[in-house]
Amino acid sequence: MPVLLSHEIPAGAAWSVQVRRGRVLRLTAKAAGANCSTFVHAAGDPVDRMNIPDTLKAQMSARVHAPMVLMSDRGVGLASVVGSSLDWHDALGGHSVDAHVGRFGPTSYGTDRNEWRRSARAGVVSELTKHGRGAEHLHACVNFFSKLATSDDEAGTLAFADGHAAAGDWVSLRAEVDLLVIMSTAPHPADPRWAPGAVLAEVHAGEPYGDDDPSMTFRDESARALIAAKAVFA
Amino acid sequence: MTTTPDLDVTVAAGDGWVGVIPAGGTFRIVDLHGNQAADTLFYDAADLDNRYSAMDTIREQGAVYLTTGSKLLSANLDVLATITEDLCGRHDTVGGACSQESNVIRYGAHTRHQHACRQTFLRYGAEVGIGPAQLGHNINFFMNVPLTADGGLSFADGVSAPGKHVQVRAERDIIALISNCPQLNNPCNGWNPTPIQLLGWWSQ
Repeated sequence: MPVLLSHEIPAGAAWSVQVRRGRVLRLTAKAAGANCSTFVHAAGDPVDRMNIPDTLKAQMSARVHAPMVLMSDRGVGLASVVGSSLDWHDALGGHSVDAHVGRFGPTSYGTDRNEWRRSARAGVVSELTKHGRGAEHLHACVNFFSKLATSDDEAGTLAFADGHAAAGDWVSLRAEVDLLVIMSTAPHPADPRWAPGAVLAEVHAGEPYGDDDPSMTFRDESARALIAAKAVFA
Repeated sequence: MTTTPDLDVTVAAGDGWVGVIPAGGTFRIVDLHGNQAADTLFYDAADLDNRYSAMDTIREQGAVYLTTGSKLLSANLDVLATITEDLCGRHDTVGGACSQESNVIRYGAHTRHQHACRQTFLRYGAEVGIGPAQLGHNINFFMNVPLTADGGLSFADGVSAPGKHVQVRAERDIIALISNCPQLNNPCNGWNPTPIQLLGWWSQ
């Protein structure tokens, strides 16, 4: 598939891109331990956005993996995870805020110039604001390339999995409606180290799909979310 | 708590409630008939964008279920409330709330016009300026959503029973927005939505 757009998001930075329905956003970790806190919104819609609890419960999963469909507040399949080298992307851990960054000591533009450490919150709110949205539009995100391991115990212990992703690990998302995707490469908020990695974002022209598409056949719920995506504009 | 409560409200099956809990106040939700999910959102009364954050809460406590001692964090990592009593044992906060649209995805088009928590949240939230953008991911008190080590998630029968309650202490002035879940299509309400009771004591 031809690459329509290619942008490397540096380690610890934030970026946003609008992706046309049908196209594929492919994210590639450029370093081991990279994290990409990703927020998916319906472009041109004032409020509809990815809803992680609805996505997880409809597909009976505590992790994001192919060929799951990422669903919205209003029951629309926003994007399908059409492929990935990893079978676990975290959706429970949220994104970092300035308090997390503060655990690694003081940092500022004045002392560190563009190497200053910035939280996912700072970067994501900046990108949201550029698109006429703000912090009120923040919801749970997917932390691509990270794993917050779940457990069978009574407390439901969560533990950050060290070394989950290697350089070259990738995930591809097919836009099911026009999307605004906002990403931060700040470390996962449960990562005990500040060791961000860059992420390459590429937009490919997608291919049409039919009823035999893996996301259509995955579960009845996934198929209904994709049918809803086709019906956003009747 | 044996003193006369400052708040004593029974929320009918499928109905909702919104109100302010003052800092230091005790707020109790009673599962009157058992196995009734109480979908709950908390907000910093001084800043609606500083709202309850399910993911921040579970990550910072390192565990996915809520119970006694759980600090209910906001998106800015402020403690909005602390669970001080829990006769149930554990509560869900990753299962979200039902909506008419998610019911269609989960159960089919015939459920589009069934009553759902999101309708209740929007109706009662409007009274205090909470709209769709401000509806974060909620707590499902009395609901059981077990996760497994291999990344599975399911809705299971409740671990609650008639008369069990959960109680929080407000750590600042907070708004509570509650939907007494009307869901009929899964076991979260024991297939029969019933009333809950809200009790509050504002001074100790």
